Amino acid sequence: MKIPENQQIIISGVGGQGVLFVTRLLAEAAIAQGLSVITSETHGMAQRGGTVVSHLKVGDFASPLIRPGQADGLIALKAESVAVHGGYVRPAGWIVANSGEPLNSQATTAVMTLDAESVARQINNRRAINLVMLGYSLTRLAQACGGANALFCSLAEIQAVVAKRLADKKVLRDAALEALAAGAQSTP
Amino acid sequence: MAKKALMLGNEAIARGLVENGCVLATAYPGTPASEILGALAAFKTDAGVDMHVQWAVNEKVALEIAYAGSMSGLRTAVSMKQVGLNVASDPLMSAAYMGTKGGFIIVSADDPGPHSSQTEQDSRLMAMMAKIPVLDPRSPVQAKELIAVAYEVSETYRIPVMLRPTTRVCHARQDVEIKALRPCKPVVEFKKDPARWAATPKFRFILHQELEGKLAQIAAEPRTAPRLLNPETRAFKAVVTSGVAAAHAFEILQAAQLGDDLALFQVLQPYPLHQAFISELLTNYATVLVIEETMGVIEMQLADRTRVKGKLTNDVPRVGELLPETIEGLMCGFAGRRADACTVPAVPGRRPTLCAGCPHRASFFAIKKAAPKAIYTSDIGCYTLGLNLGAVDTVLCMGAAISQAAGFYHAHKNEARPPKIIATIGDSTFFHAGVPALIDAVVQKVRFVLVILDNRTTAMTGNQPTPATGVGVSGESLQAIDMEALVKGCGVTSVRTGDPYDLEEFIGLVKAAVADSQVKGPAVVIARHACLLDRRQAPPSHPARTITVTDTCDGCGFCIKHFECPALVMHGEGDQAFVAIDPVLCSGCGVCIAVCPKKSIKEIRG
Repeated sequence: MKIPENQQIIISGVGGQGVLFVTRLLAEAAIAQGLSVITSETHGMAQRGGTVVSHLKVGDFASPLIRPGQADGLIALKAESVAVHGGYVRPAGWIVANSGEPLNSQATTAVMTLDAESVARQINNRRAINLVMLGYSLTRLAQACGGANALFCSLAEIQAVVAKRLADKKVLRDAALEALAAGAQSTP
Repeated sequence: MAKKALMLGNEAIARGLVENGCVLATAYPGTPASEILGALAAFKTDAGVDMHVQWAVNEKVALEIAYAGSMSGLRTAVSMKQVGLNVASDPLMSAAYMGTKGGFIIVSADDPGPHSSQTEQDSRLMAMMAKIPVLDPRSPVQAKELIAVAYEVSETYRIPVMLRPTTRVCHARQDVEIKALRPCKPVVEFKKDPARWAATPKFRFILHQELEGKLAQIAAEPRTAPRLLNPETRAFKAVVTSGVAAAHAFEILQAAQLGDDLALFQVLQPYPLHQAFISELLTNYATVLVIEETMGVIEMQLADRTRVKGKLTNDVPRVGELLPETIEGLMCGFAGRRADACTVPAVPGRRPTLCAGCPHRASFFAIKKAAPKAIYTSDIGCYTLGLNLGAVDTVLCMGAAISQAAGFYHAHKNEARPPKIIATIGDSTFFHAGVPALIDAVVQKVRFVLVILDNRTTAMTGNQPTPATGVGVSGESLQAIDMEALVKGCGVTSVRTGDPYDLEEFIGLVKAAVADSQVKGPAVVIARHACLLDRRQAPPSHPARTITVTDTCDGCGFCIKHFECPALVMHGEGDQAFVAIDPVLCSGCGVCIAVCPKKSIKEIRG
């Protein structure tokens, strides 16, 4: 996989899973590196358990939305999101999905899965599927690219953002860092 | 390097207001505008600025408060969503005539799609109707920049100025530059001028003439003039855009290398459209394509109907959001190129639902038990999702649950067996627009039951306080309205309050109210239980219980169909079907224990 200078990533799932939080961590990590960033989020009614999608564009972009077939990657917090939002991914792009079963997509052959629910259960933090998936995505993609950061940021940079954002909330911060690490260590 | 922060569009708007000397700001929450006021309160506190920031009971009241501040010479602002502007349209139309003194900005956020709204209406058209200028930002960064411009224009011409962001601006996040606050010492002075501030129709005519004069000047205002986004182009075809469509179009122009074929303009001020720009377009370009959301406001000001394409010529969709893939197709087609834009196939996603443990779900279940065949009028809020439970038949606009209940009553009252009518409305919505409707129903002796779903917050938009909360946007202590006293003050004699978590008891309350309503006219039940998402509220009255489904569950699906709690999950099929609790989602409310007809849902006592 070649790493593009500008990156466009879709993060999707269901309202309440923490799609916005993952988007925000990635966006903060971009700013910390001095990169330009623009995202688009779902608010309002859909946040009540409906399908939620974020668009994240890092680099030289004006529009907050990603066009279908243009995204470098999709992080799917629900397996069903792959069918709903897979069409945004370009043929050479990647999909990382929360699924106990292997998945296929018409968009790309690079589909990686993790049973994030099991991982979250093991660390006794069942609501942390979003961070488990983020940790997994960062290391799994680096592995797929032969060690380099496939995303614009590294696990360490995301950890730094989490530590800063939750500096006043020690319990939450430690739980979040644990979930990221658990995801990161789940790479095959 | 300038200090930058990741900001939501709404936060960027708030930051712009603080940096530019706004000292009085009001709002009523509504997606996608809700986060503006909260962010403003936070910036105000951080900067230690002396500013009055408040949630108002509705948008009309909000606009009037902020407008009076401007009449006294202060920079003020009011924010709302597009349908909120309908509510505030009465003072808006009049304020345009009377003009302003301090800078006055009306932020009205539109929701093309619509994502979380009843309509896709275009606030720019409302600005045109009111005859005030409107600015249309394409990004959070530009929204913040345009706040400064809006205040200058407002003060130069003494006119209210509208900022019209859309969902894709409000709910975009971008790295936004943080600047120092504009040094200013506001002078507050209300100068009496009855010929203006209390103008009679004769003077209104004069003010209207004055307004037309202002608009003619604003249509030549350099600070808000349209921008050519690719100045190097020598194309004879022009694409005219505004708002986020300009951002999409600019990116597509570069990606598809259309810069030689198309001149791309961004209109900052869709109304009044700059006269020189209209002439330039119609003189220098062979054809013009206008891409804007959601109505053809710019397009209709380009009087030449032979060379201008857009919504009026059915070249641009009139309905729905203009997604970048749609704009790519439009631009490539206009440039005479083949578009290879693809679309995401429409796969049904998940429908939204009330949260697990939401007290509204219990209320709706009780209402259907108490009056199974009633007409259920409802209103705007999370509880619109009572649709999924078959307990919501109508949703029109804020407050209409009550007036529609009255209308149904009068329509059906002469039938042999008129239907029962149960209206549901949230606490915030009741304060916003329900009170006058309830007074009317009392006067007209309307036989219906009103269930006020009192979760002590404005939940859908992010848990803003209501007039009954007694707390302001910055957490300051305020006077709290007593809901029961208010209902009684409206003239209702049958008033009951209960907690829907106590399901059996609550069903009894609704039944008693139905009986009362047939004799006394309006009967009100206040269903009081705090929203589970509102972290500010007192610890729950009902401690969380551990719930399980026993082996006696035969998978009949009654709880799934009639209670629709996301924590109740059906497993298996046919004879093997059974329901189990999803422990991640379950809030432990235990209401489902009383819902299961087979008594298969039980509490595990530790």
